[in-house]
Amino acid sequence: MAATAEQINELPVLTEAHRESAPHPVTGYKGFEIGSFKFQRDEYFARIQCPTATHVMDVENFLRSMVRDVAWGFFYGWVNFDEVFGTVNNYGSVDVFMGAYNQGYKDSGTDFTERFETEVLLACFKSLLSDWTNACFNPFAAPLETGSARGPKNGSNDEAVNFQRELADRFVSLPGDSPVRSDENGRSVNRQFADVDQSEPEVHAEPGFEGQLAGFSLFRYLSRSPVTWNPSIVSVVRSSAYCPTSEEHILPVDHGNDRVEWFIQMSDEITWRVADKNTAAPMSVVTMKAGDVSCMPADIRHRGYSPKRSMLLVWENLTPGLEIRYAKGELPPVPASF
Amino acid sequence: MSVTTVFGSIDNYDKGGVEITGNEEARDYLFSNMFEVAGNAAPWERIVIAKNLENTIECIRAEGDSPWYICSHDETALLMQGKMEAHFIKPADSGLAPAEDKEGSVRLSGRPEGQVMGHVKASRGHMVLLPAGAAYQFRAGELGVILLQTLLGDESIQKWAEICQH
Ligand SMILES: [Fe+2]
Repeated sequence: MAATAEQINELPVLTEAHRESAPHPVTGYKGFEIGSFKFQRDEYFARIQCPTATHVMDVENFLRSMVRDVAWGFFYGWVNFDEVFGTVNNYGSVDVFMGAYNQGYKDSGTDFTERFETEVLLACFKSLLSDWTNACFNPFAAPLETGSARGPKNGSNDEAVNFQRELADRFVSLPGDSPVRSDENGRSVNRQFADVDQSEPEVHAEPGFEGQLAGFSLFRYLSRSPVTWNPSIVSVVRSSAYCPTSEEHILPVDHGNDRVEWFIQMSDEITWRVADKNTAAPMSVVTMKAGDVSCMPADIRHRGYSPKRSMLLVWENLTPGLEIRYAKGELPPVPASF
Repeated sequence: MSVTTVFGSIDNYDKGGVEITGNEEARDYLFSNMFEVAGNAAPWERIVIAKNLENTIECIRAEGDSPWYICSHDETALLMQGKMEAHFIKPADSGLAPAEDKEGSVRLSGRPEGQVMGHVKASRGHMVLLPAGAAYQFRAGELGVILLQTLLGDESIQKWAEICQH
């Protein structure tokens, strides 16, 4: 493992822009190439090729993974689209890999990784998303809320794929910070949260202290989230960020942690399948019900399953460079011991 | 189809858990339930249920009036059960606020002298900012549960072995 990590750390950063083919004469979709990776789609599948292997994925699952990888700016650490293909964020550059975190590919030497400058890769993935997403498909929506991505090219849905998540600098509702959600700003109550109380707290500031006190309903805020598995930020206390999100159906990626994160299940229920970050070997199943709290250690990957739309508080530590301290073993993967 | 969103409370919660399928231990997940923790706590104890280096989320059983606290940095209070008011005072004595590098909140001996800043009335699901340098008190007319977003400090209680699955 150590040798592999060192080899990967020495990868050159590729800066050349991606290439796009003309639309396919039958399906109408463009092909995309960046570095040695080729991406093609047909009516059902995304097909990814690199010098050592070909990989196929259901196109809807692929687009759901891709839209989040792009929206999160490659997120923290590993975004595994499935057990084979994914990206690793090096914060400035991004690794694209095939089988590099799968024991079978590693054992057969068929794993492959290339490193790209973040902006160059982002431009490729954004263009691919725009071309491959049909008008009737929203990859941020739960499957029961949207049409299918399958079939030949049929328009586009740039408004959906370019959705910008809301990031508070300090606290939602403070003057100049991220606003509360309401019908007026286009955030209506989701069908699965129709029973959630819509009251807001009463903020009574004395003269001279207006704008210094603040409160908002987090449950109302989440009941009006138009997307799934796409955290917003509602409060930041130094490096501590509350990143709540509404979840329904399956998290479209196995998130591999490069630092510790925590889950606080605020409503309903999610089951997490947890696997080894490097080998993809199963490690545990964590079922979280309303009020449950669990950490995700820094050495695992996890994918959530939410049978009903639920409210999850993801809690992150924004300190830059934490990933290096965990990678070097300076910090233990589990944040407390007893 | 009508929907029911399930929230928990001290008197009514259902706990999940960790099932190990590989080579590790359930304790690695520090798995607990906030309503169980609050159910077993004394009023206004601050029990750490999540910790990420110096950052913590602390679970509070809210019942009656809390002591007064002050903190050098912002904190937030998320009410997961019940109703409460958070009252704020700008202390007249600027020496009351802890030094800027003091992490976590400090308990005051009583209601500080100073200007009343106002109050926030909250119920379940509401989140309240506890701004840096403002003294605050919670008043809970009914049993409640608060999650405090803060940093590990003098008032933080860690008892992982008691609260976590292992
Ligand atoms: Fe995650």
